[in-house]
Amino acid sequence: MKNIVPGGRMIKIEINGKYYEVKAEKNLLEVSLSLGINIPHFCYHAALGSVGACRLCAVKKYRNASDTKGRLIMSCMEPVTEGLILRTEESDVIKFRAAVLESLMINHPHDCPVCDEGGECHLQDMTVMTGHNYRSYNFKKRTYTNQNLGPFIHHEMNRCIQCYRCVRFYKEYAGGKDFDVFASHDHVYFGRHEDGILDSEFSGNLVEVCPTGVFTDKTLKSHFTRKWDLTNAPSVCVHCSVGCNTIAGERYGILRRIMSRYNGSVNGYFLCDRGRFGYEFVNHENRLKKVKIRLSKNENPVVAENDQLQVSLNSALSDNKRIIGIGSPRASLEANYALMNLVGTENFYHGISKSDYELTKTALHILQNGPAHSPSLKEIENADVVFILGEDLTQTAPMIALAVRQAARNIPLQAGEKTGIPRWHDAAQRDRTQDIKSPIFVANPYQTKLDELSREPYHASINEIAKLGFAVAAQINDNATSVKDVDTRQYMLASEIAVALKNAKNPVIISGIHCGNKEMLHAAANIAFALEALQIKSSLCLVVPESNSMGLGMIGGKSLEDAYRRIEQGEADTLVILENDLYRRAEKEIVDEVFQKCKHVIVLDHLMNDTASKADILIPVGSFAESEGTIVSNEGRAQRYYKVFPSEKSVPESWRMIGEMIKIVRDQIDHPWKNFDQVAKEMGDDIPEFSVIHQKMPGNGFRILNEKITRQPLRFSGRTANSAHIAVNEPKLPQDHDSPLAFSMEGSNEVPPSSLVPFYWTPGWNSAQSINFYLDEPNGSMKGGDPGIRLIEANKNAKVSFFEPDITDIEQKPGEFWIIPVYRIFGSEELSSKAKAVAERIPEPYVLMNEKDIAGSDKNENGSANINISGKEIFVKIKIDPDIPLGIAGLTVNLPGMPFLNLPCSGKIKFASGNSNNQKPGRP
Amino acid sequence: MEKPLTGHIKAEGIPLNIREYEVAGGYTGVQTVLKKMQPMDVINLIKDAGLLGRGGAGFPTGLKWSFVPTGSDVPRPVYLLCNADEMEPGSFKDRFLLEGNPHQLIAGMICAAYAIQAEKAYIFLRWAYKKAETILRKAIAEAYAEGYLGKNILGSDFSLDIYVHTSAGRYICGEETALINSLEGKRAIPRAKPPFPTTSGLFGKPTVINNVETLCWISHIIENGADWFKNLGLNGEGGTKLYGVSGRVKKPGIYELPMGTVMREILEKHAGGMTDGYNLRAVIPGGASTEFVMEKQLDVKMDFVSLKAVGSRMGTATMTVLDDKTCPVAFLHNIERFFAQESCGWCTPCREGLPRVEKMLLAIEEGNGKEEYLESLKFHTTYCGPGNTFCAHAPGAMEPLQSGLEYFHDDFMRHINEKHCPWRSND
Repeated sequence: MKNIVPGGRMIKIEINGKYYEVKAEKNLLEVSLSLGINIPHFCYHAALGSVGACRLCAVKKYRNASDTKGRLIMSCMEPVTEGLILRTEESDVIKFRAAVLESLMINHPHDCPVCDEGGECHLQDMTVMTGHNYRSYNFKKRTYTNQNLGPFIHHEMNRCIQCYRCVRFYKEYAGGKDFDVFASHDHVYFGRHEDGILDSEFSGNLVEVCPTGVFTDKTLKSHFTRKWDLTNAPSVCVHCSVGCNTIAGERYGILRRIMSRYNGSVNGYFLCDRGRFGYEFVNHENRLKKVKIRLSKNENPVVAENDQLQVSLNSALSDNKRIIGIGSPRASLEANYALMNLVGTENFYHGISKSDYELTKTALHILQNGPAHSPSLKEIENADVVFILGEDLTQTAPMIALAVRQAARNIPLQAGEKTGIPRWHDAAQRDRTQDIKSPIFVANPYQTKLDELSREPYHASINEIAKLGFAVAAQINDNATSVKDVDTRQYMLASEIAVALKNAKNPVIISGIHCGNKEMLHAAANIAFALEALQIKSSLCLVVPESNSMGLGMIGGKSLEDAYRRIEQGEADTLVILENDLYRRAEKEIVDEVFQKCKHVIVLDHLMNDTASKADILIPVGSFAESEGTIVSNEGRAQRYYKVFPSEKSVPESWRMIGEMIKIVRDQIDHPWKNFDQVAKEMGDDIPEFSVIHQKMPGNGFRILNEKITRQPLRFSGRTANSAHIAVNEPKLPQDHDSPLAFSMEGSNEVPPSSLVPFYWTPGWNSAQSINFYLDEPNGSMKGGDPGIRLIEANKNAKVSFFEPDITDIEQKPGEFWIIPVYRIFGSEELSSKAKAVAERIPEPYVLMNEKDIAGSDKNENGSANINISGKEIFVKIKIDPDIPLGIAGLTVNLPGMPFLNLPCSGKIKFASGNSNNQKPGRP
Repeated sequence: MEKPLTGHIKAEGIPLNIREYEVAGGYTGVQTVLKKMQPMDVINLIKDAGLLGRGGAGFPTGLKWSFVPTGSDVPRPVYLLCNADEMEPGSFKDRFLLEGNPHQLIAGMICAAYAIQAEKAYIFLRWAYKKAETILRKAIAEAYAEGYLGKNILGSDFSLDIYVHTSAGRYICGEETALINSLEGKRAIPRAKPPFPTTSGLFGKPTVINNVETLCWISHIIENGADWFKNLGLNGEGGTKLYGVSGRVKKPGIYELPMGTVMREILEKHAGGMTDGYNLRAVIPGGASTEFVMEKQLDVKMDFVSLKAVGSRMGTATMTVLDDKTCPVAFLHNIERFFAQESCGWCTPCREGLPRVEKMLLAIEEGNGKEEYLESLKFHTTYCGPGNTFCAHAPGAMEPLQSGLEYFHDDFMRHINEKHCPWRSND
């Protein structure tokens, strides 16, 4: 997908004696980098634009052929003009750049050997590139005090070269409030006003944005490995439905870090902190490593010896017609498909509740059959009007929230461009824009971080928000039915939103299923459809909860409730559960009873959890890092992750393990699939929607000039010594028969297809900045197109048929509160919560309440409450939200230790007596 | 000799109140502008007069005003800013005008605001000018009371509000775009140009920034015409100029003289020559960020063009005299310490280069200098020079150093060779 560029006029210029046609709206640095010409730079970042602070990108510009003197200019601040001549390597330019570097190195501690950035340091690269070698400064260096910024980011201010990228990213790009630049002259300081945890959900990007080792990955530090010693694979984030692309790096069987993998259509240069730091669940001490078998119902499971697994599976599976399989929205398409194959379509249960499935299916139905386009993240970034209904994006799909923050700049940016200020001229654009924003409308029951972008944040119950949505649709198009009892405020706001959307060029409507209300999805769809009916190209982004929720919805199947019923009725007695903790999806009592009734519970998963602890046969399977798989993002983009490292033999990939089980069930000798490609292909044959995946993704046989793609960089060290304490000869390298990637440094050094890039490295550019040379232009698309295959496209021929509003009153009992779910970026997602650093950021469970609702009970804001939902009591802290409607309480959900609650629902709230209660929040 | 700007200022240091100012003929310019002239007429008149900005750069004022977009779709409000952040070392001319005759400035600002059709004006005042602040606030209140400010001034369609904003006290706030950032409550960091403030200035709106002395001229030119103004100058550049003299002269102070008056005449005739026992070695003509003028060049005419011809700049035209009993290295170190301290920290050459220069100068002054420092200092004068840095701060700082290195080479060498400052006792 091509990046959308306004204008697109081409201009002829000369650089170092060669002629090029370049885009008129770019600056000279961008143009040069696009052409592969090295110009050193610090403060320029493609996503952040130019500010001209560091002065490193100096070049010599001649206005035209008759200009003999030329002028030293900063290439990042200079627009391209017809006929100009650029010289990037003249002696005065080279001398100046070296001097800039020398200036920056005056106070740098030169501590590369102990710096985590060493080896992938933009400052190292630039020092070499500019040719600054010898130090003549012999006065004292200035020093700073570092700050403790929390579990994610390590701070080492002495290394700072004052490029201002950090503060520009954190404050201006990501909207952070607790980070700034302090003091002045040669003592400027970048950090917080005092020690403390960085509040932004995007703080991890400082690691990649910082050109040196001021901000480094604290989780990497705890098991540090140099870039060149990492074995990497292209991967996809599994911690929400957005599908950001990642690079995962491993050494000695430990996953060491996650970096952003560029995808111009999805996450671009960035990741959220859940995606970046959630990986450590892979290294968790509770990782399942050995098969455990319960020999009889009342005994504890024991580690299986020899062929015990075979024997147990045999007795559980062969000749058993009463097996049902439970899939998972956090398992790959292929693993789910394999399970479906094992148990048969009629016995395949998708692993989510009926209501969640219905919501997912509704979202899918709207996007597949309706005329509205499901936008990529990039397209959301390019939106000029955004309306968000009932989804707290910063918590449920953080990178979409970051994209909306960029969308808020589009209208003022366009206006700025009209006055002659180029888009890349970042500071000038922001100075001109001040606080003008594109029309962004946010409607959510409680306050969200995106409220600050919103024209007029609307806080009301989910039903009222759905009503507002229907009213907007009806105001755009008469054929869309409105709801009857729209109040004045809703009417006025709906008019404002409708007008803004109708005047937009790229309107985006965002909603999702976290609020648990189908009408919300219908209302959002009606708005998008109403715009389409007026020939306004509209986009509809629907957020789903888990990494493969969309994919699972496409596979289909029956609900968990159906599965439980069959077990209850004795129609089934053997459960095969794939990567799914059922206790997160239904009340404990229900799940307990189901397990009680089962003869055999077979669980395949990565980590010990409540479901795994109930397994009679517990089979460890590879996580995303030890397996390959395809997952479908909420956009409908199918993307594949690859093994980062080969798993131990006892921890196979899910699809492979299920294949072993098929051998038993079908009593056959051969594994049904020789390799991953075969599952993928067969899946495509059986489920036509997926056939394109196998057709388009480079398969196991893909080679570049007969060679596989290396997971290890050429400078990977010590391979032959790694196991020298075991054997002096080099062990055979692990082979990968499932992908075109090799667990080796030997193979092709060419740039692989965009979906297979395991790491970025270009001559002269060892740091993350090397990304730019893999792109058609900075901030553009990956060369050869961005990774991923879109499985969902709007049905442009569909006759627009609007949903009829069907808002049912909530069943709030008298004297009770209507309790709605509140999702948290850190804590509400299962796997990332197990990562050490993320775990430190998980809040204590709390309930959001309007002050007036607790005022009568003489409890202050620091109070706590007992929440009673159909007899189940939990103890939580109270947090005031001034905007949450009266009678509604928002309860954090899915946090570790909290029981499953089927929200929204009616519940009693009893205010606890102050802080005397020593009960731990969240516990019953 | 005509002294339009300072002629009415009372010797005892009490500012003219609005009545006194009116009696002296003030606010007639405002009457003329609002009743008889179109905005474009005012701009053209100032262009014809050839008024050059008195803040130091000498940019033609009328031309600057003409860059403000006109028409119905101009972003509103348009702002006029008076740069009264006089922090150039050795400069005190604006203070004299602010404290002596505040209504002259207010009248000028009303005319200027009318010319560019600004509806809001700010006086950005140096933090230390406490007395001027009191005087200005009182004068502005008087002007409001008399209907010269506020809605529909003198019955016209034109409205203007003037606010006084006292700076937090950074030298860089005198740089017009850093001034804008500071006024917006942001870090005082200069902005890149283009876009120029006239298209995107304060709060992103069209903005003109003029120096106090410049604005004080406007009403006078309107009352007396362009030719009158041009004829005041001796050497092609119109008007009189407030020349300042500090250092060891007999009568340091501010002297309003025709533009183009010879430097020697100012120093010897008006400032009374050197204090007994001191000899003049050099002069920095226009604040600390201008190049030295040596004794043999004292016959230079003090105007923008002539000073450029001898390799210096007029700047604020407030001279500082270096005498033979002051160490030129210490003199330069003092200047560079100031500039290093006042760097905003935005761009590399300035942020890192100036402190390095300062450290080398101090080392030399204290007798720890090395000969290679001279080379490094010389390199820094170009490295931190125009075009290489984000704004004019570091280039300005390098001007006295560049000429100082050349003119006082022997003094530098003595410091290095004798390992102490020859002006200090060797203990």
